[in-house]
Amino acid sequence: MISQIFILSSKGDHLIYKDFRGEGNKDSINVFYEMVTALSGDQPPVVMTHKDLHFIHVKQGGLYWVASTKTNPSPFTLIEFLNRFAGLTKDYCGSLSEKSVRMNFALIYELLDEMVDYGYIQTASTDILKNFIQTEAVSSKPFSLFDLSNVGLFGAETQQSKVAPSVAASRPIMSNRGEQGGKNEIFVDVIERLSVVIGSNGVIMKSDIQGEIRIKCFLPTCSEMRIGLNEELSIGKSQLKGYSSAVRIDECRFHQAVKLDEFDNFRILKVCPSQGEQTVMQYQLCDELPCALPFQLFPSVEKDYVNRVLIFLKLRCDLPPKSTALNVSITVPVPKGSVSMSQELSSPDQTAELQTKNKALLWEIPRFPGGAQLSALFKVDVPGLSSASLLEVGPVSMSFELPKQTCTGLQIRFLRLSPTQTGLSHRWVRYVSHSDSYTIRI
Amino acid sequence: MPYFGSEETVKELKRALSNPNVQADRLRYRDYISKVIRYMTQGLDVSALFMEMVKASATVDIVQKKLVYLYMCTYASVKPELALLAINTLRKDCADPNPMVRGLALRNMCNLRMPGLTEYLEQPLVAGLRDKASYVRRVAVLGCAKMHSLQPSTEIDSSIVNELYALLRDPDPVVVVNCLRALEEILKDEGGVVINKPIAHHLLNRMKDLDSWSQSEVLTFLLRYIPRSDEELFDVLSLLDAFLQSPHAHVAMATLCLFLHYASSHTAVQNDALQRSTAPLLASCGTTSRELRFAGLCHIRQVMRSQPSLFASHYKRFFCSYSEPGYIKLHKMEILVELVNDENVALVLEELRSYCTDVSPELAQAAITAIGRIARTYTEKCLEILTGLLSLKQDHITSAVIQAFKDLVWFCPQSTASVCNAIESCTDRPQDSEGKRALLWLLGEHSEGISSAPYVLEELCADELKTEWSPGVKLELLTAAVKMFLSRPAETQDTLGRLLHHCIEEESDMCVRDRALFYYRLLQRGIQETKRVLSGPKSDPSLSMLTGRQEEPVIRWVSDFNTLAPLMNKHDSMLKESERLLATQPMGVFSALAPLMDNGTSSPLQTERQRRASEPVVTTTENEPPPGDTDTTLSSHGKEDEEEAFCLSASPPLSHEEFEKLWVELQTLHTQNLLAPCAQTAPETLQAILQMVHIQTLAFTPAHTLPWRAFLYTRSAATIILTEILQEEDTVQVSVKQYPENKLALRGFLSTLQSAFQTLNAENTCENVALSF
Repeated sequence: MISQIFILSSKGDHLIYKDFRGEGNKDSINVFYEMVTALSGDQPPVVMTHKDLHFIHVKQGGLYWVASTKTNPSPFTLIEFLNRFAGLTKDYCGSLSEKSVRMNFALIYELLDEMVDYGYIQTASTDILKNFIQTEAVSSKPFSLFDLSNVGLFGAETQQSKVAPSVAASRPIMSNRGEQGGKNEIFVDVIERLSVVIGSNGVIMKSDIQGEIRIKCFLPTCSEMRIGLNEELSIGKSQLKGYSSAVRIDECRFHQAVKLDEFDNFRILKVCPSQGEQTVMQYQLCDELPCALPFQLFPSVEKDYVNRVLIFLKLRCDLPPKSTALNVSITVPVPKGSVSMSQELSSPDQTAELQTKNKALLWEIPRFPGGAQLSALFKVDVPGLSSASLLEVGPVSMSFELPKQTCTGLQIRFLRLSPTQTGLSHRWVRYVSHSDSYTIRI
Repeated sequence: MPYFGSEETVKELKRALSNPNVQADRLRYRDYISKVIRYMTQGLDVSALFMEMVKASATVDIVQKKLVYLYMCTYASVKPELALLAINTLRKDCADPNPMVRGLALRNMCNLRMPGLTEYLEQPLVAGLRDKASYVRRVAVLGCAKMHSLQPSTEIDSSIVNELYALLRDPDPVVVVNCLRALEEILKDEGGVVINKPIAHHLLNRMKDLDSWSQSEVLTFLLRYIPRSDEELFDVLSLLDAFLQSPHAHVAMATLCLFLHYASSHTAVQNDALQRSTAPLLASCGTTSRELRFAGLCHIRQVMRSQPSLFASHYKRFFCSYSEPGYIKLHKMEILVELVNDENVALVLEELRSYCTDVSPELAQAAITAIGRIARTYTEKCLEILTGLLSLKQDHITSAVIQAFKDLVWFCPQSTASVCNAIESCTDRPQDSEGKRALLWLLGEHSEGISSAPYVLEELCADELKTEWSPGVKLELLTAAVKMFLSRPAETQDTLGRLLHHCIEEESDMCVRDRALFYYRLLQRGIQETKRVLSGPKSDPSLSMLTGRQEEPVIRWVSDFNTLAPLMNKHDSMLKESERLLATQPMGVFSALAPLMDNGTSSPLQTERQRRASEPVVTTTENEPPPGDTDTTLSSHGKEDEEEAFCLSASPPLSHEEFEKLWVELQTLHTQNLLAPCAQTAPETLQAILQMVHIQTLAFTPAHTLPWRAFLYTRSAATIILTEILQEEDTVQVSVKQYPENKLALRGFLSTLQSAFQTLNAENTCENVALSF
């Protein structure tokens, strides 16, 4: 059972504090903050203990979401609950930030009051909660159509405003009772995270995709919705359907509310989404990627003069020509003691800098069209360079975002709301893949 | 945090809240009330507004009501007399036609936490338990637990308990779970809620209606039910089978825990459950939430204690991704080391090799240590990597590699030659003391293999004389020098001589000086004798069998599974354990203390204690935790932590009068003869030494008067210990009084005192020796 729940800003300001059992006192907030800031990087901060009070916290949206307890409960329950609490706050306030929590504190207290009683979790489902929540959310910025054009999915700079409504999904789910701005929208996102290790000889050593289908629903009431996936989707290693290039995933798990009676034959998920955000399906694929990797890197590292390392990187984007990768950033560790760097980049919108603190160089490319090839030359000055120092260059890690792409090839064929659904509703399907960890050895 | 002019703010709010114009405007009124709550959250004391807030509670606006209730629950314990005023409104709301208002009022009324509330609570609670609306019943059920906690000493109301048991059959699932929770709290002293066969089966049948939070909680309650027969057991398990693969990690883990408990005598079932749980465990390691990943990794390590190879085919899932925080990477590396087998060793090593140049020195060192551990099985490949790392010439890497070498040589003697070659060609010296010690050990132990060893040692020795090193390094240096002298006397003699001279003449650290003296005298006894004393085994391959993979039975860790214990810092959990031991004062300490209390005085208390100590009760040291009380099962570290937990302190100070009063009141608990401090010790020295160990000397008679007396006191945890020292001729008698009694502290105090005296004696003899040197 939970003694207290509190939310702290990253600077330690108290945003929300609720004591459920009268066991602890308010000092524990400061105790927690001192403990969490005193930890060094590699000490596990998730569970901390002060006297007989355990603090369990998650960090989301730059805020600490903390539960304290005197008993010894399941860490999974508490961590998932705190994540859910943060998710609900995001649903109700529109976005998750210090500002939105500050502005909506009354709403969050109301949420907490219904979610937890006497330290016991009562409910965390939007369907039940929406009957009890009376306070209206204050949006941290007025919702405007002009914002849509350049701020993109997941905060990315995108050019896809005509296709996907971007910031539209980050608004409070209940803010617009009676207002005309409340559009009946439903977003279905297919999000894949890619983690890849490529060996120095170009062989893929590990490739791994974690994917999920997430629904964000703004419909006040929603009857059953049918989501059709690729018909040729096959699950598991053995099962293969037909001879065509099947879309394959290793295993998948569904939200408990999903009805699967048509899944086996027609690959149709039936779900009655409740308001807010929820993950309908999670899946993963290990090894044997169906498509080519999005990026190929051809590095060469040489010792130039006495104290200089030449790093020549040639990067090729193997996406189809019409698609683009966004926010590509490449991090190359450089030898310890590197002092300065000069670079030759192929276009002015790219940037590169040497981060002496992390002993790494960072090369950033805002837009990278498919099929293109970029190269860059970096000259790094390292006083007292030895040939062994070259071993310190690498492995290269990349991060990027691939809008409108799924690496597994999973697609949503159709999205049907049941005919009984009243009112006009907009349905949006969005795809994005991004890098979880993309490492290339040199 | 207090703001400037906080009093002004409160005054202003008070004025605004009592302004009739504001009260008439609903939105403005609510706005001011939310301002009050905002200040309250920030830490400002707004309790002065209680009266105004109570007035504000009489409203039809539910949002405002909720805010006011939040305020009242926070400050009710500070202003109980004013809070009573609010009760009328609350009671009226409890009869409101709107179930939401009823529930809200009832919940907050129970939350007020002030004395004398129970008489008002009882009637609405009983009504709430029978309410039509499930929302109100949920609140009322937990309200019973709250009411009980307000008056924990009173008799348990059996009618309420019966009613709660009856409500276990309620159609609303949350009411059912709340009943379990409430009964658990109310019946805590009687061992919690009883889960008998009908209840257990009823709960099992309801599992599907519950939401995930309730499911995992019910599963935890079911742990205390034991199925009567194997048939029933398998029925239960097959009913719960689907939950093993639940998409919610907490449900999957609670189910696994239940499987492991229930099937404790069916190993095959346990293994099958573990096998089927790999998917949810791995999934939790791949989620976007770092905290959940961490919890998953910690639990995977638990499972691997019994089934080291369970995750072997999934080893790639434990490769670190570069954006992960250090604490997750460290755990992943630990797991990778365990998963290495013939097929994946090359890939795992290559992966670990790439972590060795990480920006964070801790991670780089951990990766090197990991490679060192794999080297115990796959020596050649690892040695190649480790030797290659030496050429990077980075302090933290060199140090970690040498430490890995040290362990490797000890476990795998066949690697000695290659390690010696690597050390030989390495020109870089580690800078931290752990690395230095490892290098010195290698030099001393394997000086035959490293031809340059004496010169390296000489260089290190010269360094040592120049700069101040830690005593640990100095001790290792001494040992290495002596060992090397035994194998290569000609080259080492000079260095050793200078080193011994320095350590005996100029060293301030007592341990180093004593060790140097010891070696000096040993060498005086002749080379053969020295060799006999110093030569030990150079390696112990059998140890790697012991520390290597061994499959523990599930029972060893299952009590900690799905609790916070696997996630805790080692340090934290030990601290917790020692605190628990201190609090419970296990009987075992008596027995340990008994021999100390031999020539005791004959206080009735003491004889009582001795009698109890001699009884077989003593064997209950294991402190079997009661099954329901998970708090005490956090971890089961040994009792050796007791010593560390014991800590003396002289503050707060005690005045002469207080001391005298206590001394007269208390009975002597314990008397003992101690070794006398040397005659020439001045009482001031004694006082200074005792002060260092936090024992305060209150008064003593002048030096060289016989009998010499001194009065001491100290505190430990919650007890105070008073002592009289009486010195007559050669004997010193110590009499101790203590209030309140705490055997652990007493024992600790006596050993501290004794060692203080011994130090004093050693000091004196040492000085004498040093003089004669």
